[in-house]
Amino acid sequence: MMLYQALIAPFTEFEFMRRALAGIVALSLGGAPIGVFLMLRRMSLVGDAMAHAILPGAAIGFLLSGLNLFAMTFGGLIAGFAVAILAGLVSRVTELKEDASLAAFYLVSLALGVTIVSMRGTNIDLLHVLFGNILAMDDRTLLVIAFNATLTLLALAVIWRPLVIECVDPLFLRTVSRAGAPAHLIFMALVVINLVNGFHALGTLLAVGLMILPAGIAKFWARDISGMMLVAVGSAMLSGYCGLVLSYHGGLPSGPAIILVAAVIYLISLFFGRSGGVVRKLFPGRHLEA
Amino acid sequence: MTAQLTFQNVTLGYDRHPAVHHLTGRVDAGTLLAVVGPNGAGKSTLFRGIVGILKPLAGSIDRNGVDVHDIAYLPQSAEIDRTFPISVFDFVGTGLWRATGAFGSLGRPAKQRISGALAAVGLSGFENRNIGTLSGGQMQRMLFARVLLQDARVIVLDEPFNAVDARTTADLVALVQHWHEEGRTVIAALHDMELVHASFPETLLLARTAVAWGPTAEVLTPDNQTEARRMCEAFDDGAPACTAAPQAA
Repeated sequence: MMLYQALIAPFTEFEFMRRALAGIVALSLGGAPIGVFLMLRRMSLVGDAMAHAILPGAAIGFLLSGLNLFAMTFGGLIAGFAVAILAGLVSRVTELKEDASLAAFYLVSLALGVTIVSMRGTNIDLLHVLFGNILAMDDRTLLVIAFNATLTLLALAVIWRPLVIECVDPLFLRTVSRAGAPAHLIFMALVVINLVNGFHALGTLLAVGLMILPAGIAKFWARDISGMMLVAVGSAMLSGYCGLVLSYHGGLPSGPAIILVAAVIYLISLFFGRSGGVVRKLFPGRHLEA
Repeated sequence: MTAQLTFQNVTLGYDRHPAVHHLTGRVDAGTLLAVVGPNGAGKSTLFRGIVGILKPLAGSIDRNGVDVHDIAYLPQSAEIDRTFPISVFDFVGTGLWRATGAFGSLGRPAKQRISGALAAVGLSGFENRNIGTLSGGQMQRMLFARVLLQDARVIVLDEPFNAVDARTTADLVALVQHWHEEGRTVIAALHDMELVHASFPETLLLARTAVAWGPTAEVLTPDNQTEARRMCEAFDDGAPACTAAPQAA
Protein backbone atom coordinates (compact mmCIF):
# COMPACT_ATOMS: atom_id res chain seq x y z
CA MET A 1 0.00 0.00 0.00
CA MET A 2 2.85 2.31 0.88
CA LEU A 3 4.29 1.72 -2.54
CA TYR A 4 0.97 2.51 -4.20
CA GLN A 5 0.72 5.73 -2.20
CA ALA A 6 4.21 6.74 -3.17
CA LEU A 7 4.35 5.74 -6.82
CA ILE A 8 0.86 5.64 -8.26
CA ALA A 9 -1.50 7.66 -6.09
CA PRO A 10 -0.16 11.07 -7.16
CA PHE A 11 -1.25 10.27 -10.70
CA THR A 12 -4.66 8.79 -9.87
CA GLU A 13 -5.54 11.61 -7.50
CA PHE A 14 -4.41 14.67 -9.40
CA GLU A 15 -5.23 15.50 -12.96
CA PHE A 16 -2.27 17.87 -13.35
CA MET A 17 0.08 15.00 -12.50
CA ARG A 18 -1.54 12.76 -15.13
CA ARG A 19 -1.24 15.54 -17.67
CA ALA A 20 2.38 16.13 -16.78
CA LEU A 21 3.10 12.42 -17.20
CA ALA A 22 1.38 12.33 -20.58
CA GLY A 23 3.39 15.38 -21.59
CA ILE A 24 6.64 13.72 -20.55
CA VAL A 25 5.81 10.59 -22.54
CA ALA A 26 5.15 12.64 -25.66
CA LEU A 27 8.24 14.74 -25.06
CA SER A 28 10.41 11.64 -24.68
CA LEU A 29 9.04 9.98 -27.81
CA GLY A 30 9.89 12.98 -29.98
CA GLY A 31 12.92 14.46 -28.29
CA ALA A 32 15.05 11.46 -27.36
CA PRO A 33 15.52 10.11 -30.93
CA ILE A 34 16.40 13.62 -32.10
CA GLY A 35 18.88 13.83 -29.21
CA VAL A 36 20.54 10.60 -30.35
CA PHE A 37 21.10 12.04 -33.83
CA LEU A 38 22.35 15.33 -32.36
CA MET A 39 24.90 13.41 -30.33
CA LEU A 40 25.99 11.17 -33.22
CA ARG A 41 26.44 14.24 -35.41
CA ARG A 42 28.49 15.88 -32.63
CA MET A 43 25.88 18.62 -32.37
CA SER A 44 24.94 18.29 -28.69
CA LEU A 45 26.05 21.81 -27.86
CA VAL A 46 24.46 23.13 -31.04
CA GLY A 47 21.15 21.87 -29.66
CA ASP A 48 21.76 23.73 -26.43
CA ALA A 49 22.61 26.95 -28.24
CA MET A 50 19.51 26.64 -30.42
CA ALA A 51 17.37 26.20 -27.31
CA HIS A 52 18.44 29.60 -26.07
CA ALA A 53 17.94 31.07 -29.50
CA ILE A 54 14.25 30.22 -29.32
CA LEU A 55 13.75 32.53 -26.35
CA PRO A 56 13.35 35.97 -28.01
CA GLY A 57 10.75 34.62 -30.42
CA ALA A 58 8.74 33.10 -27.61
CA ALA A 59 9.25 36.28 -25.59
CA ILE A 60 7.91 38.49 -28.36
CA GLY A 61 4.88 36.20 -28.57
CA PHE A 62 4.53 36.63 -24.82
CA LEU A 63 4.88 40.41 -25.10
CA LEU A 64 2.14 40.60 -27.71
CA SER A 65 -0.37 38.24 -26.19
CA GLY A 66 0.66 37.16 -22.70
CA LEU A 67 1.15 33.49 -21.80
CA ASN A 68 -0.58 32.45 -25.00
CA LEU A 69 0.47 29.01 -26.19
CA PHE A 70 0.22 29.52 -29.93
CA ALA A 71 1.83 32.94 -29.97
CA MET A 72 4.81 31.61 -27.98
CA THR A 73 5.10 28.41 -30.02
CA PHE A 74 4.94 30.29 -33.29
CA GLY A 75 7.42 32.91 -32.12
CA GLY A 76 9.78 30.21 -30.88
CA LEU A 77 9.64 28.30 -34.17
CA ILE A 78 10.39 31.43 -36.20
CA ALA A 79 13.27 32.48 -33.96
CA GLY A 80 14.72 28.95 -33.97
CA PHE A 81 14.64 28.63 -37.75
CA ALA A 82 16.01 32.14 -38.18
CA VAL A 83 19.02 31.48 -35.96
CA ALA A 84 19.69 28.07 -37.51
CA ILE A 85 19.69 29.55 -41.00
CA LEU A 86 21.59 32.72 -40.08
CA ALA A 87 24.30 30.85 -38.19
CA GLY A 88 24.77 28.52 -41.14
CA LEU A 89 24.88 31.50 -43.49
CA VAL A 90 27.40 33.47 -41.41
CA SER A 91 29.77 30.51 -41.26
CA ARG A 92 29.47 29.95 -45.00
CA VAL A 93 29.94 33.57 -46.03
CA THR A 94 32.57 34.63 -43.48
CA GLU A 95 35.61 33.00 -41.90
CA LEU A 96 33.75 32.38 -38.61
CA LYS A 97 33.12 28.71 -37.81
CA GLU A 98 29.53 27.59 -37.26
CA ASP A 99 29.95 26.93 -33.52
CA ALA A 100 31.38 30.40 -32.90
CA SER A 101 28.62 32.12 -34.85
CA LEU A 102 26.00 30.01 -33.04
CA ALA A 103 27.49 31.01 -29.68
CA ALA A 104 27.25 34.68 -30.65
CA PHE A 105 23.66 34.28 -31.79
CA TYR A 106 22.52 32.45 -28.70
CA LEU A 107 24.11 34.92 -26.27
CA VAL A 108 22.36 37.78 -28.03
CA SER A 109 19.11 35.79 -28.08
CA LEU A 110 19.20 34.94 -24.39
CA ALA A 111 19.90 38.53 -23.36
CA LEU A 112 17.25 39.84 -25.73
CA GLY A 113 14.66 37.29 -24.60
CA VAL A 114 15.09 37.93 -20.89
CA THR A 115 14.92 41.69 -21.49
CA ILE A 116 11.72 41.40 -23.52
CA VAL A 117 9.99 39.22 -20.93
CA SER A 118 11.00 41.58 -18.11
CA MET A 119 9.56 44.54 -19.98
CA ARG A 120 6.06 43.25 -19.57
CA GLY A 121 5.97 40.31 -17.23
CA THR A 122 6.78 39.60 -13.61
CA ASN A 123 9.58 37.50 -12.19
CA ILE A 124 7.14 34.57 -12.12
CA ASP A 125 6.69 34.88 -15.87
CA LEU A 126 10.43 35.00 -16.30
CA LEU A 127 10.84 31.85 -14.23
CA HIS A 128 8.16 30.18 -16.32
CA VAL A 129 9.97 31.04 -19.53
CA LEU A 130 13.40 30.04 -18.26
CA PHE A 131 12.45 26.82 -16.51
CA GLY A 132 8.99 25.98 -17.84
CA ASN A 133 6.24 24.51 -15.75
CA ILE A 134 5.21 21.05 -16.69
CA LEU A 135 2.66 20.92 -13.85
CA ALA A 136 0.70 23.83 -15.27
CA MET A 137 0.15 22.36 -18.73
CA ASP A 138 -3.37 22.77 -20.06
CA ASP A 139 -5.04 20.51 -22.61
CA ARG A 140 -4.02 22.65 -25.55
CA THR A 141 -0.35 22.62 -24.58
CA LEU A 142 -0.53 18.87 -24.21
CA LEU A 143 -2.09 18.56 -27.65
CA VAL A 144 0.60 20.74 -29.22
CA ILE A 145 3.34 18.64 -27.61
CA ALA A 146 1.70 15.39 -28.70
CA PHE A 147 1.20 16.72 -32.23
CA ASN A 148 4.85 17.76 -32.47
CA ALA A 149 6.02 14.40 -31.17
CA THR A 150 3.89 12.56 -33.74
CA LEU A 151 5.17 14.80 -36.49
CA THR A 152 8.75 14.15 -35.37
CA LEU A 153 8.39 10.37 -35.44
CA LEU A 154 6.70 10.38 -38.84
CA ALA A 155 9.30 12.74 -40.34
CA LEU A 156 12.17 10.72 -38.86
CA ALA A 157 10.76 7.57 -40.43
CA VAL A 158 10.68 9.31 -43.80
CA ILE A 159 14.23 10.75 -43.70
CA TRP A 160 15.77 7.87 -41.71
CA ARG A 161 17.90 6.27 -44.42
CA PRO A 162 19.32 9.45 -45.98
CA LEU A 163 19.89 10.92 -42.51
CA VAL A 164 21.83 7.89 -41.31
CA ILE A 165 23.95 7.80 -44.48
CA GLU A 166 24.51 11.54 -44.23
CA CYS A 167 25.83 11.07 -40.71
CA VAL A 168 28.17 8.18 -41.50
CA ASP A 169 29.35 9.02 -45.03
CA PRO A 170 28.11 12.40 -46.33
CA LEU A 171 30.34 12.35 -49.42
CA PHE A 172 28.90 9.02 -50.55
CA LEU A 173 25.35 10.32 -50.21
CA ARG A 174 26.31 13.33 -52.33
CA THR A 175 27.62 11.08 -55.07
CA VAL A 176 24.49 8.91 -55.26
CA SER A 177 21.66 11.33 -54.59
CA ARG A 178 20.48 14.80 -53.84
CA ALA A 179 18.66 13.73 -50.67
CA GLY A 180 21.37 14.88 -48.26
CA ALA A 181 20.56 18.58 -48.07
CA PRO A 182 16.76 18.15 -47.67
CA ALA A 183 17.32 15.46 -45.03
CA HIS A 184 19.63 17.78 -43.09
CA LEU A 185 17.18 20.69 -43.31
CA ILE A 186 14.24 18.57 -42.18
CA PHE A 187 16.35 17.28 -39.31
CA MET A 188 17.20 20.82 -38.21
CA ALA A 189 13.49 21.70 -38.39
CA LEU A 190 12.74 18.71 -36.17
CA VAL A 191 15.38 19.92 -33.71
CA VAL A 192 13.68 23.30 -33.50
CA ILE A 193 10.21 21.76 -33.15
CA ASN A 194 11.33 19.53 -30.31
CA LEU A 195 13.13 22.39 -28.59
CA VAL A 196 9.90 24.38 -28.65
CA ASN A 197 8.22 21.30 -27.20
CA GLY A 198 10.79 21.08 -24.44
CA PHE A 199 10.52 24.81 -23.90
CA HIS A 200 6.87 24.49 -22.85
CA ALA A 201 7.60 21.77 -20.34
CA LEU A 202 11.12 22.41 -19.12
CA GLY A 203 11.80 26.02 -20.10
CA THR A 204 14.45 27.43 -22.36
CA LEU A 205 17.41 26.50 -20.14
CA LEU A 206 16.56 22.83 -19.73
CA ALA A 207 14.74 22.17 -23.02
CA VAL A 208 17.60 20.05 -24.39
CA GLY A 209 17.83 18.07 -21.14
CA LEU A 210 15.45 15.33 -22.20
CA MET A 211 17.15 15.15 -25.62
CA ILE A 212 20.85 15.06 -24.80
CA LEU A 213 21.03 13.21 -21.46
CA PRO A 214 18.99 10.20 -22.68
CA ALA A 215 21.16 10.11 -25.81
CA GLY A 216 24.25 10.03 -23.63
CA ILE A 217 22.74 7.24 -21.55
CA ALA A 218 21.90 5.25 -24.68
CA LYS A 219 25.49 5.43 -25.91
CA PHE A 220 26.57 3.39 -22.87
CA TRP A 221 24.08 0.57 -23.36
CA ALA A 222 23.39 0.02 -27.06
CA ARG A 223 25.74 -0.70 -29.96
CA ASP A 224 23.43 0.02 -32.88
CA ILE A 225 21.32 3.03 -33.64
CA SER A 226 17.88 1.41 -33.28
CA GLY A 227 18.87 0.08 -29.87
CA MET A 228 20.11 3.53 -28.91
CA MET A 229 16.75 5.03 -29.86
CA LEU A 230 14.91 2.57 -27.63
CA VAL A 231 17.21 3.07 -24.64
CA ALA A 232 17.04 6.86 -25.08
CA VAL A 233 13.24 6.99 -25.23
CA GLY A 234 12.94 4.56 -22.32
CA SER A 235 15.36 6.40 -20.08
CA ALA A 236 13.74 9.75 -20.93
CA MET A 237 10.34 8.39 -19.88
CA LEU A 238 11.77 6.84 -16.73
CA SER A 239 13.47 10.12 -15.79
CA GLY A 240 10.23 11.96 -16.40
CA TYR A 241 8.21 9.62 -14.23
CA CYS A 242 10.73 9.48 -11.36
CA GLY A 243 11.28 13.23 -11.57
CA LEU A 244 7.55 13.90 -11.25
CA VAL A 245 7.20 11.55 -8.27
CA LEU A 246 10.23 13.12 -6.66
CA SER A 247 8.99 16.65 -7.16
CA TYR A 248 5.53 15.67 -5.84
CA HIS A 249 6.81 14.20 -2.60
CA GLY A 250 9.77 16.47 -2.06
CA GLY A 251 8.16 19.71 -3.13
CA LEU A 252 10.90 20.21 -5.74
CA PRO A 253 10.52 22.14 -8.99
CA SER A 254 9.44 19.51 -11.51
CA GLY A 255 11.64 20.39 -14.51
CA PRO A 256 14.95 20.38 -12.67
CA ALA A 257 13.87 17.24 -10.74
CA ILE A 258 13.32 15.40 -14.04
CA ILE A 259 16.68 16.49 -15.42
CA LEU A 260 18.42 15.57 -12.17
CA VAL A 261 16.98 12.05 -12.31
CA ALA A 262 18.20 11.79 -15.90
CA ALA A 263 21.60 12.98 -14.70
CA VAL A 264 21.71 10.26 -12.04
CA ILE A 265 20.88 7.59 -14.65
CA TYR A 266 23.54 9.11 -16.86
CA LEU A 267 26.14 8.88 -14.07
CA ILE A 268 25.23 5.26 -13.38
CA SER A 269 25.53 4.47 -17.09
CA LEU A 270 28.83 6.30 -17.27
CA PHE A 271 30.27 3.97 -14.65
CA PHE A 272 28.48 0.70 -15.27
CA GLY A 273 27.46 0.99 -18.95
CA ARG A 274 27.92 -2.19 -20.98
CA SER A 275 29.47 -0.44 -23.94
CA GLY A 276 32.32 1.84 -22.96
CA GLY A 277 31.45 2.42 -19.28
CA VAL A 278 34.27 3.39 -16.89
CA VAL A 279 34.18 0.13 -14.90
CA ARG A 280 34.38 -1.92 -18.10
CA LYS A 281 37.33 0.15 -19.22
CA LEU A 282 39.19 -0.18 -15.91
CA PHE A 283 38.41 -3.86 -15.36
CA PRO A 284 37.97 -5.34 -18.81
CA GLY A 285 38.61 -8.92 -17.65
CA ARG A 286 41.19 -11.22 -19.20
CA HIS A 287 41.78 -10.77 -22.91
CA LEU A 288 40.25 -13.27 -25.29
CA GLU A 289 41.86 -15.98 -27.41
CA ALA A 290 40.94 -14.31 -30.71
CA MET B 1 34.42 2.26 -79.54
CA THR B 2 31.97 4.71 -78.02
CA ALA B 3 33.29 7.39 -75.72
CA GLN B 4 32.11 6.97 -72.12
CA LEU B 5 33.66 10.21 -70.92
CA THR B 6 34.60 13.16 -73.11
CA PHE B 7 36.56 16.07 -71.69
CA GLN B 8 36.10 19.20 -73.73
CA ASN B 9 38.80 21.70 -72.75
CA VAL B 10 37.99 21.16 -69.07
CA THR B 11 39.38 23.42 -66.36
CA LEU B 12 38.65 22.41 -62.76
CA GLY B 13 39.86 24.19 -59.67
CA TYR B 14 39.26 26.05 -56.47
CA ASP B 15 38.91 29.82 -55.97
CA ARG B 16 39.53 30.37 -59.69
CA HIS B 17 42.94 28.62 -59.43
CA PRO B 18 43.04 25.76 -61.91
CA ALA B 19 44.06 22.32 -60.60
CA VAL B 20 43.20 20.67 -63.91
CA HIS B 21 43.93 23.03 -66.76
CA HIS B 22 42.48 22.80 -70.28
CA LEU B 23 42.15 19.02 -70.38
CA THR B 24 40.79 17.57 -73.59
CA GLY B 25 40.37 13.92 -74.38
CA ARG B 26 38.13 10.88 -74.13
CA VAL B 27 37.80 7.66 -72.18
CA ASP B 28 36.23 4.89 -74.24
CA ALA B 29 33.58 2.66 -72.73
CA GLY B 30 35.12 -0.40 -71.12
CA THR B 31 38.55 1.18 -70.68
CA LEU B 32 40.70 0.29 -67.68
CA LEU B 33 42.56 3.55 -67.17
CA ALA B 34 45.25 4.44 -64.64
CA VAL B 35 45.67 8.12 -63.82
CA VAL B 36 49.18 8.85 -62.58
CA GLY B 37 51.09 12.00 -61.75
CA PRO B 38 52.84 13.69 -58.85
CA ASN B 39 50.98 14.98 -55.79
CA GLY B 40 49.08 18.10 -56.72
CA ALA B 41 48.78 17.04 -60.35
CA GLY B 42 44.99 17.31 -60.22
CA LYS B 43 44.06 13.62 -60.11
CA SER B 44 41.56 13.92 -57.25
CA THR B 45 40.23 17.17 -58.68
CA LEU B 46 39.64 15.49 -62.03
CA PHE B 47 37.74 12.67 -60.29
CA ARG B 48 35.62 15.13 -58.34
CA GLY B 49 34.76 16.71 -61.66
CA ILE B 50 33.88 13.36 -63.23
CA VAL B 51 31.43 12.47 -60.45
CA GLY B 52 29.91 15.94 -60.48
CA ILE B 53 30.92 17.12 -57.01
CA LEU B 54 33.02 19.87 -58.55
CA LYS B 55 31.63 21.96 -61.39
CA PRO B 56 34.13 22.86 -64.13
CA LEU B 57 35.39 26.45 -64.11
CA ALA B 58 35.40 26.19 -67.88
CA GLY B 59 34.80 23.56 -70.54
CA SER B 60 32.55 20.54 -70.18
CA ILE B 61 32.52 16.87 -69.26
CA ASP B 62 30.18 14.65 -71.25
CA ARG B 63 29.26 11.35 -69.59
CA ASN B 64 27.47 9.81 -72.57
CA GLY B 65 24.09 9.77 -70.88
CA VAL B 66 25.22 8.29 -67.57
CA ASP B 67 23.73 10.21 -64.63
CA VAL B 68 26.44 11.54 -62.26
CA HIS B 69 24.66 9.72 -59.45
CA ASP B 70 25.16 6.42 -61.28
CA ILE B 71 28.95 6.69 -61.19
CA ALA B 72 30.55 4.72 -58.36
CA TYR B 73 33.18 6.84 -56.63
CA LEU B 74 35.68 5.78 -54.01
CA PRO B 75 37.32 8.97 -52.70
CA GLN B 76 40.91 9.06 -51.50
CA SER B 77 40.13 10.13 -47.96
CA ALA B 78 36.55 9.12 -47.36
CA GLU B 79 34.72 11.38 -44.93
CA ILE B 80 33.44 8.35 -43.04
CA ASP B 81 32.55 8.76 -39.38
CA ARG B 82 33.98 5.48 -38.15
CA THR B 83 32.55 5.98 -34.65
CA PHE B 84 29.00 5.88 -36.01
CA PRO B 85 27.19 2.78 -34.73
CA ILE B 86 26.40 1.03 -38.00
CA SER B 87 27.13 -2.58 -38.93
CA VAL B 88 29.29 -3.63 -41.87
CA PHE B 89 26.21 -5.24 -43.45
CA ASP B 90 24.10 -2.07 -43.26
CA PHE B 91 26.98 0.10 -44.42
CA VAL B 92 27.68 -2.01 -47.49
CA GLY B 93 23.92 -2.15 -48.12
CA THR B 94 23.91 1.60 -48.77
CA GLY B 95 25.56 0.69 -52.08
CA LEU B 96 22.09 -0.38 -53.22
CA TRP B 97 20.79 3.18 -52.83
CA ARG B 98 20.18 3.69 -56.55
CA ALA B 99 18.01 0.57 -56.52
CA THR B 100 16.23 1.06 -53.20
CA GLY B 101 16.21 4.84 -52.79
CA ALA B 102 15.24 6.30 -49.44
CA PHE B 103 12.31 3.97 -48.85
CA GLY B 104 12.73 0.75 -50.83
CA SER B 105 12.94 -2.31 -48.64
CA LEU B 106 15.87 -4.70 -48.62
CA GLY B 107 14.21 -7.96 -49.63
CA ARG B 108 15.84 -11.36 -49.61
CA PRO B 109 17.49 -10.94 -53.04
CA ALA B 110 19.03 -7.66 -51.88
CA LYS B 111 20.31 -9.26 -48.69
CA GLN B 112 21.82 -12.09 -50.73
CA ARG B 113 23.54 -9.57 -52.96
CA ILE B 114 25.00 -7.82 -49.90
CA SER B 115 26.25 -11.13 -48.51
CA GLY B 116 27.66 -11.98 -51.92
CA ALA B 117 29.51 -8.68 -52.13
CA LEU B 118 30.99 -9.20 -48.66
CA ALA B 119 32.10 -12.70 -49.67
CA ALA B 120 33.67 -11.33 -52.87
CA VAL B 121 35.94 -9.00 -50.88
CA GLY B 122 36.69 -11.62 -48.24
CA LEU B 123 34.66 -10.09 -45.43
CA SER B 124 32.23 -12.95 -44.79
CA GLY B 125 31.61 -13.22 -41.07
CA PHE B 126 32.03 -9.48 -40.51
CA GLU B 127 28.35 -8.70 -41.18
CA ASN B 128 27.40 -7.73 -37.64
CA ARG B 129 30.62 -5.99 -36.68
CA ASN B 130 30.48 -2.21 -36.30
CA ILE B 131 32.50 -0.40 -38.95
CA GLY B 132 34.68 1.18 -36.25
CA THR B 133 36.20 -2.22 -35.42
CA LEU B 134 37.68 -2.76 -38.90
CA SER B 135 41.37 -2.39 -39.72
CA GLY B 136 42.50 -0.12 -42.54
CA GLY B 137 42.68 -2.95 -45.06
CA GLN B 138 39.32 -4.39 -44.01
CA MET B 139 37.82 -0.92 -44.32
CA GLN B 140 39.07 -0.69 -47.90
CA ARG B 141 37.66 -4.15 -48.65
CA MET B 142 34.31 -3.01 -47.26
CA LEU B 143 34.33 0.11 -49.45
CA PHE B 144 35.05 -2.09 -52.49
CA ALA B 145 32.08 -4.25 -51.53
CA ARG B 146 29.89 -1.17 -51.61
CA VAL B 147 31.25 -0.18 -55.03
CA LEU B 148 30.49 -3.74 -56.16
CA LEU B 149 26.86 -3.36 -55.09
CA GLN B 150 26.52 -0.02 -56.85
CA ASP B 151 26.76 -2.02 -60.08
CA ALA B 152 27.93 1.08 -61.95
CA ARG B 153 28.97 1.31 -65.60
CA VAL B 154 31.61 3.86 -64.62
CA ILE B 155 33.78 3.31 -61.55
CA VAL B 156 36.20 5.93 -60.23
CA LEU B 157 38.77 4.88 -57.61
CA ASP B 158 41.01 7.54 -56.04
CA GLU B 159 44.26 5.94 -54.80
CA PRO B 160 42.40 2.82 -53.68
CA PHE B 161 45.52 0.88 -52.64
CA ASN B 162 47.11 3.46 -50.35
CA ALA B 163 48.18 2.04 -46.99
CA VAL B 164 46.91 -1.40 -47.98
CA ASP B 165 49.10 -4.51 -47.71
CA ALA B 166 50.20 -6.62 -50.68
CA ARG B 167 47.65 -9.37 -50.24
CA THR B 168 44.70 -7.00 -49.92
CA THR B 169 45.97 -5.06 -52.93
CA ALA B 170 46.17 -8.28 -54.96
CA ASP B 171 42.61 -9.24 -53.97
CA LEU B 172 41.24 -5.82 -54.82
CA VAL B 173 43.15 -5.57 -58.11
CA ALA B 174 41.59 -8.91 -59.09
CA LEU B 175 38.20 -7.35 -58.44
CA VAL B 176 39.12 -4.38 -60.64
CA GLN B 177 40.21 -6.79 -63.40
CA HIS B 178 36.88 -8.54 -63.06
CA TRP B 179 35.00 -5.26 -63.50
CA HIS B 180 37.10 -4.60 -66.60
CA GLU B 181 36.17 -7.99 -68.02
CA GLU B 182 32.51 -7.19 -67.41
CA GLY B 183 32.91 -4.22 -69.71
CA ARG B 184 32.71 -1.49 -67.10
CA THR B 185 34.77 1.66 -67.42
CA VAL B 186 37.22 1.80 -64.51
CA ILE B 187 39.44 4.79 -63.76
CA ALA B 188 41.93 4.63 -60.89
CA ALA B 189 44.51 7.07 -59.54
CA LEU B 190 47.69 5.20 -58.65
CA HIS B 191 51.26 5.79 -57.49
CA ASP B 192 52.59 2.24 -57.85
CA MET B 193 54.09 2.21 -61.37
CA GLU B 194 54.76 -1.53 -61.29
CA LEU B 195 51.09 -2.13 -60.63
CA VAL B 196 50.12 0.23 -63.46
CA HIS B 197 52.44 -1.60 -65.89
CA ALA B 198 51.14 -4.98 -64.79
CA SER B 199 47.41 -4.38 -64.64
CA PHE B 200 46.35 -1.20 -66.43
CA PRO B 201 46.41 -1.25 -70.24
CA GLU B 202 45.92 2.51 -70.57
CA THR B 203 47.37 5.42 -68.63
CA LEU B 204 46.80 9.15 -68.36
CA LEU B 205 49.86 10.99 -67.06
CA LEU B 206 48.44 14.12 -65.50
CA ALA B 207 50.19 17.29 -64.43
CA ARG B 208 47.32 19.75 -64.42
CA THR B 209 46.93 18.92 -68.04
CA ALA B 210 47.59 15.71 -69.94
CA VAL B 211 51.35 15.16 -70.35
CA ALA B 212 50.69 11.88 -72.14
CA TRP B 213 47.64 9.70 -72.65
CA GLY B 214 47.46 6.26 -74.27
CA PRO B 215 48.83 2.73 -73.94
CA THR B 216 50.68 2.43 -70.64
CA ALA B 217 54.07 1.47 -72.07
CA GLU B 218 54.12 4.53 -74.32
CA VAL B 219 53.00 6.92 -71.58
CA LEU B 220 55.27 5.96 -68.70
CA THR B 221 58.59 6.92 -70.27
CA PRO B 222 61.24 8.61 -68.09
CA ASP B 223 61.04 11.76 -70.20
CA ASN B 224 57.29 12.07 -69.72
CA GLN B 225 57.58 11.57 -65.97
CA THR B 226 60.26 14.23 -65.63
CA GLU B 227 58.10 16.56 -67.66
CA ALA B 228 55.12 15.86 -65.34
CA ARG B 229 57.14 16.68 -62.21
CA ARG B 230 58.33 19.95 -63.75
CA MET B 231 54.82 21.12 -64.58
CA CYS B 232 53.36 20.82 -61.09
CA GLU B 233 54.30 24.21 -59.71
CA ALA B 234 52.40 25.83 -56.82
CA PHE B 235 49.39 28.11 -57.03
CA ASP B 236 50.29 31.73 -57.62
CA ASP B 237 47.94 34.17 -55.93
CA GLY B 238 49.06 36.92 -58.24
CA ALA B 239 48.53 34.89 -61.41
CA PRO B 240 46.73 36.80 -64.17
CA ALA B 241 43.47 35.50 -65.63
CA CYS B 242 44.06 32.72 -68.12
CA THR B 243 43.54 33.78 -71.72
CA ALA B 244 44.57 30.59 -73.47
CA ALA B 245 42.49 29.91 -76.52
CA PRO B 246 40.41 26.73 -76.27
CA GLN B 247 42.31 23.88 -77.89
CA ALA B 248 40.73 22.04 -80.72
CA ALA B 249 39.11 18.83 -79.57
